[in-house]
Amino acid sequence: MVMRQRAHGGRLIDRVMSPADRERFLAEAADLPTFEVDGTMAQDLANIAHGVYSPLEGFMVRDDFLSILDHNRTVKDVPWTIPIVLDLQPEVLPDLSPGDRLAFTYQGKPMAALDIDDIYGFDADEYASTVFDTTDGSHPGVAKVRSMGDRLVGGPIMLADEMPSPFPDYTLWPIETRVLFKEKGWRTIVAFQTRNPPHLGHEYVQKAARTVTDGLYINPSIGKKKKGDFTDDVIIHTYQELIENYYLRDRAVMGLLQAEMKYGGPKEAILHAIMRKNFGCTHFIVGRDHAGVGDFYTPFAAQDIFSEFPDLGIVPLFFKSFFYCKRCGSIANEKICPHEGEDIVNFSGSKIRGRLVEGLPPGEDMMRPEVSRIILDADTPFVE
Amino acid sequence: MGKLVTLMGDEKKFTSVSIPVPLFKKVEERIRGTGFTSVSSYVTYVLREIIAEEEKQEDDDKQPFSKEDEERVKDRLRALGYID
Ligand SMILES: [Zn+2]
Repeated sequence: MVMRQRAHGGRLIDRVMSPADRERFLAEAADLPTFEVDGTMAQDLANIAHGVYSPLEGFMVRDDFLSILDHNRTVKDVPWTIPIVLDLQPEVLPDLSPGDRLAFTYQGKPMAALDIDDIYGFDADEYASTVFDTTDGSHPGVAKVRSMGDRLVGGPIMLADEMPSPFPDYTLWPIETRVLFKEKGWRTIVAFQTRNPPHLGHEYVQKAARTVTDGLYINPSIGKKKKGDFTDDVIIHTYQELIENYYLRDRAVMGLLQAEMKYGGPKEAILHAIMRKNFGCTHFIVGRDHAGVGDFYTPFAAQDIFSEFPDLGIVPLFFKSFFYCKRCGSIANEKICPHEGEDIVNFSGSKIRGRLVEGLPPGEDMMRPEVSRIILDADTPFVE
Repeated sequence: MGKLVTLMGDEKKFTSVSIPVPLFKKVEERIRGTGFTSVSSYVTYVLREIIAEEEKQEDDDKQPFSKEDEERVKDRLRALGYID
């Protein structure tokens, strides 16, 4: 008997309309107030509906929003670090009130319904400083909070239609990954969050984690990114190639997480772990500067924060960065190798990127040749 | 007025529980030099840890999805090549 990972908050959320409810909603949608969502918001709607954000059933109401800012927990004492909210500019739908039903459209078509429980204001600086630990406008998360409308609308949602996925073959929802892990017979599964093509350092972190678990779930987050980030296409194809050539096929799978990076460092690391718990993973890899940006967070802040959550329900696996040690003649890290200085070759993301931008492979001591070839052959490896 | 509002807010967020004084002193001794700043924060931590563990045991036999759901999902996973 395979033990199953508990969903966050106890129950895997399913907010997808039945066919009958969907028919009824599509018929009434024309008469409802409507709000057109962008791709990121559409992803969030799908994530809520399919339980990626369990126990959330919709956008947060004021009490949960404030509780999270106050002590990183919902009003039911469930760990949660970054509010999932719907913001509206005051001029958009000014007459909405609690009790109303709102129809979300995506590319003009009704996608989901929101039953409004709460409409409230918030302090953007308080939000930014609590979640991102800064109010510096050059932080992308802070900039995003500042650009939000100043009314938040909370309440449960129901999803009528899926948004088209750019990579349908790799789009797995929590119920699917849970069945997948069960079919594979994996009892312990370690998740790896990524937004980059793999270099050797990533590969060794994953393989080290895999040696103490039954399976590895590589879960790149795709969606809106910063200019200069690797494109989703390149990330997916490089991992495909890496798994094909260097991983045990029965022990590693990749599926996508469709969620925008928030660059929230430690708080986002907790959110990342919660989402992977909902996918059915039991362990979660946290490396150096997880979900960080610039110099906003200290290198291991995203590891330290886990000590505040004894009830998170997913085991973080902390790693120091791997490097190549010329004296050991192997890949190592500071926990297993005593050498330093000239002996050490770091897998520097910026060094690797620099080579790739010049059209050169980073070298086989940094990146697998199959991986660099895909990046160099891509028309647009970086977000423009 | 402002003070009253704050007080009411705090009352909502925290409440007190009685524990024997010798236990309180033991905990106080124990947390010295650790990351815990008070007996309350230690007790909160330990309770959350224990309750999470208990909930995990309770949930082990709960089926999160029906047999039909599972078959439907398996068909899709097979079509995508995730399982044979
Ligand atoms: Zn060495």
